[in-house]
Amino acid sequence: MLRISQELVDQIVRHAKADHPDEACGVIAGAAGTDTPKRFIPMINAARSTTFYEFDSSDLLKLYREMDDLDEEPVVIYHSHTATEAYPSRTDVTLAGEPGAHYVLVSTREHGQEAGPVEFRSYRIVDGEVTEEPVDVH
Amino acid sequence: MAIEVRVPTILREYTGGAKVVSAEGATLQSAFDNLEANYPGIGGRLIDDSGLRRFINVYLNDEDVRFLDGLNTVIADQDTITILPAVAGG
Repeated sequence: MLRISQELVDQIVRHAKADHPDEACGVIAGAAGTDTPKRFIPMINAARSTTFYEFDSSDLLKLYREMDDLDEEPVVIYHSHTATEAYPSRTDVTLAGEPGAHYVLVSTREHGQEAGPVEFRSYRIVDGEVTEEPVDVH
Repeated sequence: MAIEVRVPTILREYTGGAKVVSAEGATLQSAFDNLEANYPGIGGRLIDDSGLRRFINVYLNDEDVRFLDGLNTVIADQDTITILPAVAGG
């Protein structure tokens, strides 16, 4: 199960709406071993694409060094789908490189940048296997 | 020539869980060959037939090796190599 604050959920949703129709992406870091997302880190989608996302390579190095220095882990890795449901694509599964992370998918296909609910779901992706998990927002 | 290699979580299954290992080599390619010799299997996760895997990022100190000489990048003693899988998807 993913336990996450309403504030962090809202931040992800805001980022996804702002970047629509491109995919938005980012990380929520948390203290190592706690499984608790705390620090919201929106990333630039270097692919600037409606169907693909990729963290910029130098931003990625900076992010991991920073988390290392703070003894943090990427508790949540999020991205948006802008025309399809909030379910990991085949590419998402193939490229998933953090077996300990909660992969959060949101979909802005219904309302785009306009107000309105956004589909928000969470998954574990380990060795090519996707498992959806409940999300507890508090 | 010993260099420090920082290994990402997903590849630590090859290094017995170690986050940092050392390797020897004058170029990135030879350092990776040395890694493969010590940690069999890891090489194939870094390199494929066309070279460095597209979704593996390798940094020499602060620089992505794609902006240097790729696998031919020359390495000096005390350098640090950091391996990070791309965070990417569709």
